[in-house]
Amino acid sequence: MKAEDIPLIRKIIRRNKRLELLFAVAGLVALLIGVLTFVALFAQMAFAGWERITPEFFTNFPSRRAAQAGILSAWVGSLLVMLVTAVSAVPLGVASGIYLEEYAPKNLLTDIIEINVTNLAGVPSIVYGLLALGVFVYTFGFGQSILSAGLTLGLLILPVVIVATRESIRSIPLHIREAAYGLGATRWQVTRDHIVPYSLPGIMTGVIIGMSRAIGETAPIITIGALTFIAFLPESPVGPEFPWVNFEWLTSGFTVMPIQMFNWTSRPEEAFQQNAAAAGFILVLMTLAMNAVSIWIRYHVRKDIKW
Amino acid sequence: MVSVATMRMSEQTAADTQVQPDAAAGAARSLNSPETTARIGSGVPVKASVENFSFYYGDFKALKSISMPVHEKRVTALIGPSGCGKSTLLRTFNRMHDLYPGNRYEGTIRLHPDNTNLLDPAVDPIEVRMRIGMVFQKPNPFPKSIYENVAYGLRIRGERNRSAIDDQVREALRGAALWSEVEHRLHDPATALSGGQQQRLCIARCLATQPEVLLFDEPTSALDPIATASIEELIHELRDKVTILIVTHNMQQAARVSDYTAYMYLGELMEFGETNQIFVNPTRKETEDYITGRFG
Ligand SMILES: Nc1ncnc2c1ncn2[C@@H]1O[C@H](COP(=O)(O)OP(=O)(O)OP(=O)(O)O)[C@@H](O)[C@H]1O
Ligand SMILES: [Mg+2]
Repeated sequence: MKAEDIPLIRKIIRRNKRLELLFAVAGLVALLIGVLTFVALFAQMAFAGWERITPEFFTNFPSRRAAQAGILSAWVGSLLVMLVTAVSAVPLGVASGIYLEEYAPKNLLTDIIEINVTNLAGVPSIVYGLLALGVFVYTFGFGQSILSAGLTLGLLILPVVIVATRESIRSIPLHIREAAYGLGATRWQVTRDHIVPYSLPGIMTGVIIGMSRAIGETAPIITIGALTFIAFLPESPVGPEFPWVNFEWLTSGFTVMPIQMFNWTSRPEEAFQQNAAAAGFILVLMTLAMNAVSIWIRYHVRKDIKW
Repeated sequence: MVSVATMRMSEQTAADTQVQPDAAAGAARSLNSPETTARIGSGVPVKASVENFSFYYGDFKALKSISMPVHEKRVTALIGPSGCGKSTLLRTFNRMHDLYPGNRYEGTIRLHPDNTNLLDPAVDPIEVRMRIGMVFQKPNPFPKSIYENVAYGLRIRGERNRSAIDDQVREALRGAALWSEVEHRLHDPATALSGGQQQRLCIARCLATQPEVLLFDEPTSALDPIATASIEELIHELRDKVTILIVTHNMQQAARVSDYTAYMYLGELMEFGETNQIFVNPTRKETEDYITGRFG
């Protein structure tokens, strides 16, 4: 490079920097549009529903009088449905993911299954509702119950759990696997001692993302016939007497947060709109809390697992 | 816990498997015949004999009819230009290729004294891996504690006794010259160790289960000169206890640590002999060119 080239190079660098600045600004604007929209929605909901968020709001059943109406049956229903969803989807999804990744022979059938699992994640949720109405509610006779709803949402998030499990397993480097096999471990030992523990943070993150999608689902739950007005609680899953657990609640009628919200928004009175906003605010908080847990897992559990 | 090796030895009488040095490369295919009772140099028995071994990655023939002995409690170096098949040959010894579809073995690798053909489909690769340990190019400790890394081989063999595991972990770490550096932090994560320490930990992990053969695939290529020197020294010490096969790109390293050297080129074994002879007086021009750096 010659000395007289230096001004030219400086000019080129300046031009490149201007381009860089341009992109940074464009990116920031794009980001702000998304974030601000969400913040505005959230703030508006919080503002509209603020007065209604009192302890009674959580401990009251719905009522014809807006001021006395609460979300007790809704949040309890959401919690119990989520419990069934997790208990059904997590073992099935994780086991399927591990099988597909570690055990399945690589052939046409496996390929077809793989493609279908990925596609299932994109099926509209109401289709799951329709399927569940036929299978869980009528054929299996589970009725319009927490069990049916939980299983429906379990089915809905199953592909998410399977995909998360597989991606998480795939991120385990080959040389870690080879180290374990090289010592004479069997496939099951490698799976139990290495694959599962190392992919667990990723799997849990996937599960929580699936659950936070499920908790807001309305369409499939309405399809299977959740009640929109419900003034009782299901039997408690844990009791003071032996055997301390019971499963009566599984067959109970129920409602969930988004349905309660939907019910209130369809009322003409202004006061019920306030309730809906308050319930929406709580629902978003529940989702954010779940995401916070998944972020916590990513940063704290995963930090011990590196290669 | 009964080691597989002793079990096998009691089942079968040890075949006499000793060979002559100059006949080693060419005549290796007759290695396991009972009449091959000649001795190498000072009379080193053969631990494993590769006989007419070919290997295919799918349709690609990566190794072409290799025959060579691996002498017991000696270090055998595999050298040759990149892509000539050194890793492929090494990984065959503990059936690593079985983990991936489409790979095919032809020929035999006999492990003495029991004459087990390592490549026999009837021989469980897990049994092979329990007898033959492997240390990889990149240190690959499990993301667990130092202690758990070394104990893992014992655990998968069903060892439950805590004090027995403690003892063997200590012994293995001593054997890998790592004990003094980690004795007070056995329960710290293994990934917090330096690269050279991690590699010695991987060696300890193999040593804990007392393998008959140790395989090293370029164990120092990811390490600095000081860590390299400590690994080389370790290999030198281990020589008395275990049979070692090592792949290396470093000619000085091959000359320093090995007793025997195999020079490979494009999937073929070009020359095999005592390291002294190969380095001082190679029989083939290609070997000489490679060793002196005129090629490769
Ligand atoms: N998984 C694989 N599938 C197909 N071909 C492979 C595979 N692994 C290696 N090969 C090919 O087999 C030949 C031998 O490879 P190998 O890794 O044994 O070489 P190497 O001597 O260890 O080389 P290096 O010194 O670079 O490590 C090469 O031509 C390589 O491209
Ligand atoms: Mg290699």
